[in-house]
Amino acid sequence: MAENIKMVEAPAGFSGEGFFATSLDKVVGLARSKSLWPLPFATSCCGIEFMATMAPHYDLARFGSERPSFSPRQADMLLVMGTIAKKMAPVLRQVYEQMAEPRWVISVGACACSGGVFDTYSVLQGIDKVIPVDVYVPGCPPRPEQILDGIMKLQELVKNEKMSRRDSPEYKALLATYGININ
Amino acid sequence: MSLTNEIIKQKVEEKFGESVKAFTEADFGLLTFEVDRAKAIDLMQFLRDDETLRFNFLTTMCGVHYPDNELERQFAVVYHMHNWLDNVRIRFKAFLNGDNPEVESATRLFLTANWMEREAYDFYGIAFTGHPDLRRILNMDEMVSFPMRKQFPLEDGGRTDKDDRYFGREPQNSNLN
Repeated sequence: MAENIKMVEAPAGFSGEGFFATSLDKVVGLARSKSLWPLPFATSCCGIEFMATMAPHYDLARFGSERPSFSPRQADMLLVMGTIAKKMAPVLRQVYEQMAEPRWVISVGACACSGGVFDTYSVLQGIDKVIPVDVYVPGCPPRPEQILDGIMKLQELVKNEKMSRRDSPEYKALLATYGININ
Repeated sequence: MSLTNEIIKQKVEEKFGESVKAFTEADFGLLTFEVDRAKAIDLMQFLRDDETLRFNFLTTMCGVHYPDNELERQFAVVYHMHNWLDNVRIRFKAFLNGDNPEVESATRLFLTANWMEREAYDFYGIAFTGHPDLRRILNMDEMVSFPMRKQFPLEDGGRTDKDDRYFGREPQNSNLN
């Protein structure tokens, strides 16, 4: 086995002879943050940058996202990359609804974040009009480094997320503002 | 003998008389004229079925909005037809009423007109009578405006991150007094 493999630090806790105690939140958060399965939802040029991000040179797999999932059922992290037309909005929302909890969303590029240059009647002015977004990556299009930075920012969020968050009334209220039902 | 613009004009005028007018030649010698909206589809059928004219292909059609014209000429539909056998093209235009833009559908002559007319309906609200399925094709179904009509703004009203002053959209951005 190679010697230069980097391992994550153990979370803070108490250790003694033959035991180590920490909170479950921290262990689960750590595990989740290092195995975020991405679901690329690519509609335009930002998607091309994401292809470079997935490919060996930038190598998204280094961050635990080895397997891009092209089914929303088995994905944790929805990456929306590109202009979303208003006619596409219900499709995006359905994809989001099909993902199992816990789920996170990264909005990549100016168009997904705010509509970008397309201030026009046919384009959704930011995907946060239809689904909640965790991380925004600016740029037109952002370089792969920026997308990786966004994913690392999301990893921090995931790592520090309480396991009870998805059952909390605040989270349900958030989804309710988007009209998304969870059962 | 090849099919010249002169022959086309002569045959069309012979058949439709006062209903066709304003014959001109556009770039590349494209014969262009206007037709009364009531006769537009009869004209298209004549152009298609006449043994000399043989315009067997509806290349495209679209709507136009002229808000500054008089009421009877505020909308137009433009048809482009192509004779594949003699390789001749023509273009003709029918003007429509500004309050009630309505024209007969070309779908009974060319199935391809189905989607083209849906597009013209979607963007200009032109009603094509006799169309089998006249509903929006490109924009979302919930849309209430006909966005290519010039009274509707291009921009989406929901945009919050733009300062109008930086986009030349201030009502009065210079003081000439």
